[in-house]
Amino acid sequence: MKVRAQMSMLFHMDKCIGCHTCSVACKNLWTDRDGAEYMWWNNVETRPGTGYPTGWEDQDHYKGGWKRDNKGRLKLTLHSKGGGVAKAFYNPSLPELEDYYDPFTFRYGDLFGAPQGKHQPTAIPVSKITGKPMEINTGPNWDDDLGGSDIFAANDLSMNGVDESVRAQMEEIERVVFNYLPRICNHCLNPACVAACPSGAIYKRGEDGVVLVNEDKCRGWRMCVSGCPYKKVYYNWDSGKSEKCILCFPRMETGQAPACAHSCVGRIRYMGVMLYDADQIEAVGSLPDDELLDAQLNMILDPNDPEVIAAARLAGIDDDWLDAARRSPVYRFVKEWGMAFPLHPEFRTEAMMFYVPPLSPVMSVIEDDLIKLDLPDERQDFELLEELEKARLPLEYLANLFTIGDVEPIKRVLRTMLAVRTFKRRQSVDGTLDDATLEMLADLDLTPFKAEQIYRLTTTPTMDDRFVFPPYHREMSLEELGDPIKAKGGMGFGYRRGPERGA
Amino acid sequence: MSGNDLLFAVVPYVVLALAIIVTIVRFRQAQFTVSSLSSQLLESKKLYWGSISFHWGLSLVLVGHLLALLVPSGFELWNGAPLRLYLLEFTGVALGLWAAAGLIVLVIRRSTEPRVRRVTTPMDTVVMAIIGVQIFTGLWTAIAHRWGSFWGTEVMVPYVRSLLRFSPEPGFIDPLPFMVKVHVLAFFAFLAVFPFTRLVHIITLPLQYLTRPWQKVVSVRDEPPAEYVTRDKNARGVS
Ligand code: SF4
Ligand code: SF4
Repeated sequence: MKVRAQMSMLFHMDKCIGCHTCSVACKNLWTDRDGAEYMWWNNVETRPGTGYPTGWEDQDHYKGGWKRDNKGRLKLTLHSKGGGVAKAFYNPSLPELEDYYDPFTFRYGDLFGAPQGKHQPTAIPVSKITGKPMEINTGPNWDDDLGGSDIFAANDLSMNGVDESVRAQMEEIERVVFNYLPRICNHCLNPACVAACPSGAIYKRGEDGVVLVNEDKCRGWRMCVSGCPYKKVYYNWDSGKSEKCILCFPRMETGQAPACAHSCVGRIRYMGVMLYDADQIEAVGSLPDDELLDAQLNMILDPNDPEVIAAARLAGIDDDWLDAARRSPVYRFVKEWGMAFPLHPEFRTEAMMFYVPPLSPVMSVIEDDLIKLDLPDERQDFELLEELEKARLPLEYLANLFTIGDVEPIKRVLRTMLAVRTFKRRQSVDGTLDDATLEMLADLDLTPFKAEQIYRLTTTPTMDDRFVFPPYHREMSLEELGDPIKAKGGMGFGYRRGPERGA
Repeated sequence: MSGNDLLFAVVPYVVLALAIIVTIVRFRQAQFTVSSLSSQLLESKKLYWGSISFHWGLSLVLVGHLLALLVPSGFELWNGAPLRLYLLEFTGVALGLWAAAGLIVLVIRRSTEPRVRRVTTPMDTVVMAIIGVQIFTGLWTAIAHRWGSFWGTEVMVPYVRSLLRFSPEPGFIDPLPFMVKVHVLAFFAFLAVFPFTRLVHIITLPLQYLTRPWQKVVSVRDEPPAEYVTRDKNARGVS
């Protein structure tokens, strides 16, 4: 057992309101620069939809992630090592700018400087790359809230396997349904971006698992962009270097939540330490699809297990971190309560950001179907529990996103969430817990105590409940041995010069 | 010292020193500026036709030149039969033409695609001009002053070797035709601008990728703190 620690984020999709505050916070902090305008290290996609860059889940096209070959071995989908070098002069699997969008701004000055005339002056759109006037054909979140859904939602790959009749229903205006999928880099355990980088410029930090691009070593071969199945590495066309979400490590090192999580209006994001067994990375990645999800979740170790604690100490993880791992809200959702999954585990990068699938639309469909009226009040909640197949957002769809097409785990989570709601309603509205409610909880392996815990962490968590950061002990890191005066007046992060584009 | 001596006995050392020293300094002090500076994201169709032929054509021709320098006797042996000489020369010219075609596409791309123009620096123009002259004079030599792979081993190889031995003999170059001299000078120009331009990316061709493990994990503290390593076995699990 080789224990390593990972900072993980959990997204409670049920609570996301699609406000994009997270994306804007991230952009203001990190990517408001030449060459990075089109980068959305954090983005929020309307689902169903094709996401950003468009169609990123289509690995036949983009060749991201890992695959299991017919001998059961794990192979990078993009290239062999020789192929990676040979394709240095042209990378056939790179998304084009059109798959993102041509970044634009508006010539606001025209509004003030236009000469007196008969018409109102307008601010015309100009390309942020060429500076020339342009026609805007697409942009970030062009399909927000299902805008243009005949193009975007209709081409969503995760709709495969969803019954035709259900799909047809989803397009009827009164049944239309969507939810939001916030995405950042998954800081994977078996990152395909690292494996695809010919220069060896990308690495995973041992102490917290953050995956970073060493900007000094990056030579702009762009293989990481293609290799990442989540398309979360971006190529900066100005500096000629690749960039990606850094999980705001400078903030975490000083005990603050990453900008996206800190600013989240829906308070949907949780962060905490996860311990995992690094020895299993390759074996788990090579398992057949139907064993993949469970095995991946099993790599996450119990921070209360004495053996794990001993192994973690041997691996140099200090007690502060073990303590944080025991208090991790992410661990509770993912392991203790089994309520969250990684996004697209079939990409085999062993993603370490987790999602609690959304429930809300399920409620409304049952109400829309007027089932509510046919039932005596006391049966209502239990009926919902059995009617998940009628959910407006099809279970198959969520299963394609999170559980490699298996609807059972999704059902279990949605039932758990429904049960907690029912339990709280009985408790706070009726003031009593009837046998039927207790029975329902027991069926789902829940006790009133556990249900209460889930309820609290879901609905009324404080900042400190949501974000549990261990001290980073930077004072013990190697770079502290260097001369701090050298970096005085510099840019931070170890640069002695501004990041200018080379000639 | 004649002009010829200056150009072919002094300049090579100056540009070589420049290339080596400035490259080292650039890698040490401004490695951020070292990149292939790819513009594929901004335009990819023309790049496909330009970049692949340009890079592969030039690389293979370069390998040919290096082989001639390293094992001239091999070339002499190979060229012993005329048919093999024709084959070698024909291949060389074909590769040169391939690279030239690629370069032309790339030049057109740089000058007509507005997005690519945005990321084109004056130095890029210099680089393209030097390489253009290099390819042109190379092809000229191959076609007008046949058969280079044959006489080259007698003239060029001894000259370059004399340079590497630090006893330059520019006399080898003296009687050569004008275009051949320009070909040599253009290479010196190439070396001179090498460290100041995107050309440095040539030496970053990531061959180490072939042997490194797929994953890379870096810890700021690679050693576990001492108190855990020497910990008594019975104390396991206490927290
Ligand atoms: S999600 Fe992040 S860590 Fe995983 S492959 Fe993509 S860029 Fe790398
Ligand atoms: S800030 Fe939070 S609620 Fe708003 S879109 Fe982002 S993840 Fe969703």
